[in-house]
Amino acid sequence: MSDFQRALRAIAALVPEGSRVLDLGCGDGSLLALLKRERHCSGQGIEINSEAIVSCVSKGLEVIQGDVESGLKALPTGSLDVVILNQSVQELRNVDGVLLDALRVGRQAVVGFPNFAHWSVRLQVGFLGRTPVTPGLPFEWYETPNLHFFSLKDFEHWCERRNVRIVRKLFLDGERRVRLFPNLCARDGVYLIEKRA
Amino acid sequence: MAVQSYTFDGLELECGARLGPVTLAYETWGTLNAAKDNAVLVLHALTGDSHATSLGLPGEEKGWWENIVGPGKAVDTDRWFVICSNVLGGCRGSTGPATPRPDTGKPWGLELPLLGIRDMVAAQDLLVTHLGIPRLAAVIGGSMGGMQALAWLVTRPERLDAAVVLATAARHSPQQIAFHEVGRQAVMADPDWADGAYYEGEVPARGLSVARMVGHITYMSDKSMAQKFGRQRLGHGAKFSFQTDFEVEGYLRYRGDSFVKRFDANSYLYITKAVDDFDAFDPPLKVRPTGQGPRVLVASFISDWLYPVYQGREIAQQCQQAGFATSFAEIESTWGHDAFLLETERLGRLVRGFLERPEERS
Repeated sequence: MSDFQRALRAIAALVPEGSRVLDLGCGDGSLLALLKRERHCSGQGIEINSEAIVSCVSKGLEVIQGDVESGLKALPTGSLDVVILNQSVQELRNVDGVLLDALRVGRQAVVGFPNFAHWSVRLQVGFLGRTPVTPGLPFEWYETPNLHFFSLKDFEHWCERRNVRIVRKLFLDGERRVRLFPNLCARDGVYLIEKRA
Repeated sequence: MAVQSYTFDGLELECGARLGPVTLAYETWGTLNAAKDNAVLVLHALTGDSHATSLGLPGEEKGWWENIVGPGKAVDTDRWFVICSNVLGGCRGSTGPATPRPDTGKPWGLELPLLGIRDMVAAQDLLVTHLGIPRLAAVIGGSMGGMQALAWLVTRPERLDAAVVLATAARHSPQQIAFHEVGRQAVMADPDWADGAYYEGEVPARGLSVARMVGHITYMSDKSMAQKFGRQRLGHGAKFSFQTDFEVEGYLRYRGDSFVKRFDANSYLYITKAVDDFDAFDPPLKVRPTGQGPRVLVASFISDWLYPVYQGREIAQQCQQAGFATSFAEIESTWGHDAFLLETERLGRLVRGFLERPEERS
């Protein structure tokens, strides 16, 4: 099993069994397929990339080609259990708006993103004076699709500010779970969140 | 396989009239399996016919969807039993305005009751039953064929496992109706049209040819026309005349003239009216428990300005809201509306992947 697949499994474990899910930026549908198969979820994806759409359809998944920001707007309030944003938040223009809208459409949301405060990132910025290129952030500054660079602490700060409760969280270094000093040692964070009543 | 035909007593039409007897011309490819669950109904566009694909026999004409339907193709005739019939109202073997009336023996002409897309589908349903098929694995079509696929989905969901709806709209916009009306007016302004009673004299060739020319313009894109014709002139001396100066003019005239030889002007009127009148979601769909009923794939093409992407997106949204498991794709292409016939690489992979049965996926 690859790191990628292990990470997917870890994320899937955060999604309650049997949920109706929407995966925003679902890529080739690997996570959706896993959720369907092993967590008995029903679900659909939204994805912009044409080849990824062919992959999803060939896996028997429901997918709508379009961009995440407008795709979410079209959906009724409370129509889904869980909205998933796995490795797509950092590429959004309007992060705040989309995350809040995800919590409007879904009862809960799962958000996974690369941690910009990982030690390898800190070293490259601090000592080399260069924009970091890491396994989680594999792009040079001039070709990255990422618009936002934020850490686990930054995300938790956002939750605090927006009155969002963190139900569960999970820190990963590749395939490995991280328990100590996550903001320094985890390459990725995955959060299950919901709106505070 | 050669064109076959099935004649039945008749059917109640959407307009309230009864039409009978009715004949549908159809062709089939592949073999119906013992479980009778591998039948795919292919639905043709405005001026198409039952000849979706060929067997490559000597002298046999190529089908209109040869790239998509055939052995090893996206709609694989080695696997699926594929059926395609000429629509009700057509002129390629099925009952239409050129068909003799049972009472007078003279062609129906404008006496034929008005037909709708749902009537075409009702007739196909009888053909499918006649072929001994309890349930179709899929219906698939583009443009007017896409509308028929939608009509199958909304009126007979229990008869389908899947619907593929390409390059179409749930209902015509005023712009789409307007282009059709120009075509109809061109036919009706031709003195040879004679209120539709031209079958014993000259056919309204000039009118129908102009209608087809307008149609062809709407099927192409600015870019595909520029690539195909540029401003190339036909080399016949005079620099400027009202002859066909430009290649595009020659092409349109040629398409217009050849269309007249194979198509009945009154059929053109009836079928364009049926398309304009169609509204897939009126009456509105009953919402079903999520995920039950046929799976739906909707696709639009980026340079198709006749059936723009937003119309496909709307169809997908409506299907989703009605509880159908729905996917939507927008396919890059420069071919305009013709893309659903020409842009077959990605469309093919998409359709092939979609038709795969859920239980047979690895």
